[in-house]
Amino acid sequence: MTCPARRIVPFALLPPALLGGCSVLKLGVVNHAGPVAASQWHLYLIVGAVLVFVAGPVLLLVPIIAWHYRLSNKRSAFRPKWDFSWPLEGLIWIPPAGIVIGLGFVLWHYTHKLDPYRRLPSSQPALEVQAVALDWKWLFIYPDAHIATVNRLAIPIGRPIHISLTSGTVMQSLLVPQLAGQIYAMAGMTTQLNLEASRRGVYRGENTQFNGQGFQNEQFDVVALSPADYDRWIAVVRTQAPPLDAAAEAPLFRKSVLSRPAYYSAAPARLFKTILTRSQGPAR
Amino acid sequence: MTDGIWSAILGRFTWTALPFVRAWETPTISEIIGAGAASVVILGAILLATLLTVYRAWRPLWSEWLTSLDHKKIGIMYVVLAFVMLARAVIEAVLMRMQQASAIDTPGFIAPDHFAQLFSTHGSIMIFFMAMPFLTGIINYVMPLQIGSRDVAFPLLNSISLWLTGGAAGLMMVSLVIGRFSTGGWSGYPPYTELAFSPDVGPDYWIWAVTLGSIGSTLTGLNFAVTIYKMRCPGMTLMRMPLFVWTSLCTSILMIFAMPPLTVATALLALDRYLGFHLFTNDLGGNMMNYANLFWLFGHPEVYILILPAFGVYSEVVSTFSSKELYGYTSLVLATMAIAVLSFTVWVHHFFTMGQNADLNAVFGIATMTIGVPTGVKIYDWIWTMFRGEVRFTVPMLYSLAFMMTFVLGGFTGILLAFPPLDYLVHNTLFLVAHFHNMLIPGLLYGMLAATHYWFPKAFGFRLNEKWGRISFSCWVVGFYLAFMPLYVLGAAGAARRTQAFFEPAFRPWLYVAGIGALILLAALATLFVQLWVSIRERDANRVAAGDPWDGRGLEWSIAAPPPEYNFAVVPSVAGRDPFFDGKRSGAAYAAPARYGDIELPRNSATGPVIGIVGAATAFGLVWHIWWLAALGTLAVIVAVIARSFVRDVHRIVPAAQVERETERWLRTVSAARAIPREIETTPANQGLAQVPA
Repeated sequence: MTCPARRIVPFALLPPALLGGCSVLKLGVVNHAGPVAASQWHLYLIVGAVLVFVAGPVLLLVPIIAWHYRLSNKRSAFRPKWDFSWPLEGLIWIPPAGIVIGLGFVLWHYTHKLDPYRRLPSSQPALEVQAVALDWKWLFIYPDAHIATVNRLAIPIGRPIHISLTSGTVMQSLLVPQLAGQIYAMAGMTTQLNLEASRRGVYRGENTQFNGQGFQNEQFDVVALSPADYDRWIAVVRTQAPPLDAAAEAPLFRKSVLSRPAYYSAAPARLFKTILTRSQGPAR
Repeated sequence: MTDGIWSAILGRFTWTALPFVRAWETPTISEIIGAGAASVVILGAILLATLLTVYRAWRPLWSEWLTSLDHKKIGIMYVVLAFVMLARAVIEAVLMRMQQASAIDTPGFIAPDHFAQLFSTHGSIMIFFMAMPFLTGIINYVMPLQIGSRDVAFPLLNSISLWLTGGAAGLMMVSLVIGRFSTGGWSGYPPYTELAFSPDVGPDYWIWAVTLGSIGSTLTGLNFAVTIYKMRCPGMTLMRMPLFVWTSLCTSILMIFAMPPLTVATALLALDRYLGFHLFTNDLGGNMMNYANLFWLFGHPEVYILILPAFGVYSEVVSTFSSKELYGYTSLVLATMAIAVLSFTVWVHHFFTMGQNADLNAVFGIATMTIGVPTGVKIYDWIWTMFRGEVRFTVPMLYSLAFMMTFVLGGFTGILLAFPPLDYLVHNTLFLVAHFHNMLIPGLLYGMLAATHYWFPKAFGFRLNEKWGRISFSCWVVGFYLAFMPLYVLGAAGAARRTQAFFEPAFRPWLYVAGIGALILLAALATLFVQLWVSIRERDANRVAAGDPWDGRGLEWSIAAPPPEYNFAVVPSVAGRDPFFDGKRSGAAYAAPARYGDIELPRNSATGPVIGIVGAATAFGLVWHIWWLAALGTLAVIVAVIARSFVRDVHRIVPAAQVERETERWLRTVSAARAIPREIETTPANQGLAQVPA
């Protein structure tokens, strides 16, 4: 919002950051809003810091050595037959191997810690949400509240969310960059994603796996509410939204882009299971 | 009734398959661009045919080039094909960047379906019809010369590979004019590419183009590996081979093992689409995960198929332009082999997000990081090669230096992506797009451009224009950074790849910078063609007929430029790693052979063109369900192969007298040439004879 187009064009060769472009990072993991994304950002910093020491020497040595030993510099040494040295050999194999071994331990630890299937530690039970990837929208079912939404995921802050995913169509991938990494949703299969929001806000969620003409529009808002607001929201949807009956369900499975989120009460208890197993029938 | 006849003859074809008809019916900018691209293909073909007719070039083109089995000519044809396809794919990339820069909260000028075809053709062409032909062409030209051989092991197979690749590339061009291309990306993931979701001809074009190309590449891999194992000249032990030959060998081995999974994957997808199988469908027990595994079992080694030859080029270039022996030859060989082996152990990192357990992801993540070690060793080996050398900043050397600096950044983000938890956040985003362009532009394109600048004087007998080479180089480097660094930022902000429009105003400045970068890359491509034009015009001033413009080290520099068709008057025999370089120092180079003999060369054959063209026609029949064409084409391929097996007179003899005459003439050229010091190697004083320091 801080980047008016007309001002950018003449100065586009300047780093966009100077023109307020850094606001873009607020949309991503840098501006994390939950423990999973926070931990991922922490890992970015660790690995990035280590890698500075890996890439740095190359970035320094290449220009320095190439320039110092240029043909026109007659004062630099010239040893055309020199082609091997054991100490150097040790220097280029052992430290990189050591760094990779060290990073290997970090990788093993964090991959298990941030396994998307791993339940988040909490005193409260996780809120169960079932996400169904459709063309070109996301259906979220709240099995305990018996409600469903399309393209809007409201969650209470401070409570772990456990999402089970499947697809009613082609493979898709659910990503909320400020809360957690992505996981694929595939027809006939269930995958899982655990996340949690630690502060109130609206976070952008999206499908990142191309799935046809409406792909770019397949975005949704994750609205993180205080527990009290969340309960009120549930109550409102339950009482005021239309029921998710067969007539309401059918259009969701057609290819379409919705201009605004939709809310449903009385979501059938077995809806997710039905969608999961239905794909194994004959092609429709 | 007539409908039945038409559909038997034309299959699925209808008039709206023609982009001109679509543009007439719905004249949107998107459709007009499509029709414009189709007209470029048609007008280009007409122009080419007219020029060939006016200059009476059809017959020489056919008898001296298209049917030739000479590895050098086949190599050059591969590179020409790569440049044509590079031009198309770069233009597509620029269109996509312009669309994204103009489509922030507005639809832009390219419709979503058209945009999806653009990213699918861009990726498929860049990998299968730009990168693969480019490296295959360079290896074809250079490798036999470097090992002191007169040709590859199977010259006819070489021609067939070329024509299968060419036929497949032709199919890609036809898809611009008739019908539409796949929207499933270069990886063609089902179930999206299954009939249930993409019933049109698009995925079929993709399947058959990739299948033909992958068969061609498998055959190429076999051919190169056998050549390197069996056709080395006396004294050329494995550990005396130039490093480019080593990387060619590793690439060939990877081709042999990695291309078949791709052929299988596309063939199984074809079974789903044509015969109602359910291998990767959503229903009846199909599972797209199997496709993902097969595809990336090819896809990851493919990355190293693309990058290893460039590593070989850099090894040659850095050593030559530092006037120094390659540092750590054994280390480089080991590192290359290690990369080749490890490349088969990391494919799961392409889908960390598919839901497998943490143990599995962690193992593949660590394996991925491990590849960084031998890769880092290589970079340091090149640095130590420059150390205590005399570095000359020629165009190939500039590409090598830019590669080292840029590739390291790609390695940096590569290690980030190797961490599954970090990959979860940026997988499928522009961060990933930035990463693999950051690997492949320096790791493949710069390498191949360095190779063309380095070996062009050998192939054509004159140097390329240095000034335009530098201008083009600057554009490639500046354009790369402007076009792709913003994508890292956008990806970190969660911008998905393959997106036709964005809705975040904050993306705007970054998309603008990336768009400007894309335009500079387009200028880089244009200046390459300008350079070629200028160089051809000034060729007489820049001749290097003596054959050694850069004070080269390997056998390829020990012969005339351009080389005679039989490469070597007598098969050389070597005693070290830099035989020609040492020969120049010891006075053994440029010695007239004691005795000349007749040389046997393969006779030209039309088998390659026939199989390639008929193969592409078969594929076209399959795409459009024109069954008679597919059946006839298959039959014709079989007949061509059987007919060829009855041809007995497949060799011709170059008489000893002719070899002697040509060699004597070249030796006279050498003795007439002035030996020059390295300081003036990029001036017209360079006639291809290097001054040897006392």
